[in-house]
Amino acid sequence: MNKKDIIICRCEDINLEQIHDLLDQGYTTIEDIKRLLRIGMGPCQGKTCGLLLQQEIARYLKCKTEEVALPKIRPLVTGVKLKAIVEGTKDER
Amino acid sequence: MNANIVIIGAGISGTAIAYYLAAKGMKDIVVVDKGYLTNGATGRCGAGIRQQWATKMNCIMAKKSVEFYEKANQTLKYPGDIEFKQEGYLIVAVTPEEDAQFSKNVELQNSLGIKSRKITKEEAKEIVPHINTDMFISATFCPTDGHINPFKANDAFYQAAKRLGVSFYFHEAVQSIQTVNHKVVSVTTDKHTFETNKVVNAAGGFAHEIGLMAGVPIPVYPEKHEILVTEPIEKIQGPMVMSFGKNLYCQQVPQGSFVMGRGTPGALHNHDIESSWEFLDEMAKTVVAFLPVVGELRVIRQWAGSYNMSPDRQPILGTVDECEGFYVACGFSGHGFMFAPITGLLLSEIILNQPTSIDMTELCMNRFKNQKTIEVEKSVV
Repeated sequence: MNKKDIIICRCEDINLEQIHDLLDQGYTTIEDIKRLLRIGMGPCQGKTCGLLLQQEIARYLKCKTEEVALPKIRPLVTGVKLKAIVEGTKDER
Repeated sequence: MNANIVIIGAGISGTAIAYYLAAKGMKDIVVVDKGYLTNGATGRCGAGIRQQWATKMNCIMAKKSVEFYEKANQTLKYPGDIEFKQEGYLIVAVTPEEDAQFSKNVELQNSLGIKSRKITKEEAKEIVPHINTDMFISATFCPTDGHINPFKANDAFYQAAKRLGVSFYFHEAVQSIQTVNHKVVSVTTDKHTFETNKVVNAAGGFAHEIGLMAGVPIPVYPEKHEILVTEPIEKIQGPMVMSFGKNLYCQQVPQGSFVMGRGTPGALHNHDIESSWEFLDEMAKTVVAFLPVVGELRVIRQWAGSYNMSPDRQPILGTVDECEGFYVACGFSGHGFMFAPITGLLLSEIILNQPTSIDMTELCMNRFKNQKTIEVEKSVV
């Protein structure tokens, strides 16, 4: 199958070829690849692509999957409307 | 290992300095960073580029940097795109004091060739139709301000420097700087020792600690600032909307998300960069008051980074009296990203003993010893 047709990150529409391009250029951490491709920065926050990318890097570096560091986990767990946060704090303080 | 110079920090400042030095023919340049590319303040910044400042030096540095960034893709031969979107900064005055100060700011900016202008609430609403005009008195607008993708800009300088022969060492932390008779002789990391008589401190939030390694007390400290980003939507907002008085900046980036941030009142002077719920609460309240429609957007991520604060909120650049061969590029107070091109140029000139493009009197570390009263840049969020 053509690497261009293998979608790794659905939120940001990133395919396997783009990832291999960066790996070939020497960007071999999830943090690097995330910032240059926006992989894992969409609404699902890497819940789908994170492990796929980790496996792909491990395969490329010929190491164990768990040796590839996962990116920093950032809040929020799920998307929340700004308006809902304002309303939720109205009666406080 | 021998090096002609060791640059500490591969953020936008460090990579820009490396690029300019290499482009001018310097060999054996080493850049060391304790993390991955853009792990520090560059990759955490709000991605804004502005020239609307209240001090002359900040205005000059911002304008020269914008002129570089406009052609950066070509100059740096970047295969990607730094995504420079020039749709302006709309800065709102929320008090009569700010309104008066902004008139003076525009006068200063115009005198330096920056095309900003003072505008009414009605004019502001034409530029950002969803802004709540009850929240401010007047505004200033500069159409050539805007947005750049910090990851791509940092990568562009990095790739250009690498192509010119600069050696980069990532995931490697500087542990000590050796000096003899107040002269730099070597830099030791957790993996190497580099014999060198020149060191550049471009360590961002850690600039103070790096200074102390060479016996140089730099009057800077790190301060946490937080940001959040929403889900992407179709384009509705061109400029950055900013308020100093209400502690807010908010911009829709080219990819469609809204990126917004504010300072942390009473933030401690430390390296804390954890996200907080207090920020999320205050940010939501502030942005919904100014830009009500943005309230409909979902927050998908928040993060934080360190400003490296100087006493007058202007950067500290150049040589220091305490140690020969030790150069500083720090204290940007939240604006290192937008000043990086001029920082790279000026540091390369100082290091290579060339005449500097602008007068450095108000940017060198000595200014704090000589001045009795310090003019502080107030246009900072």
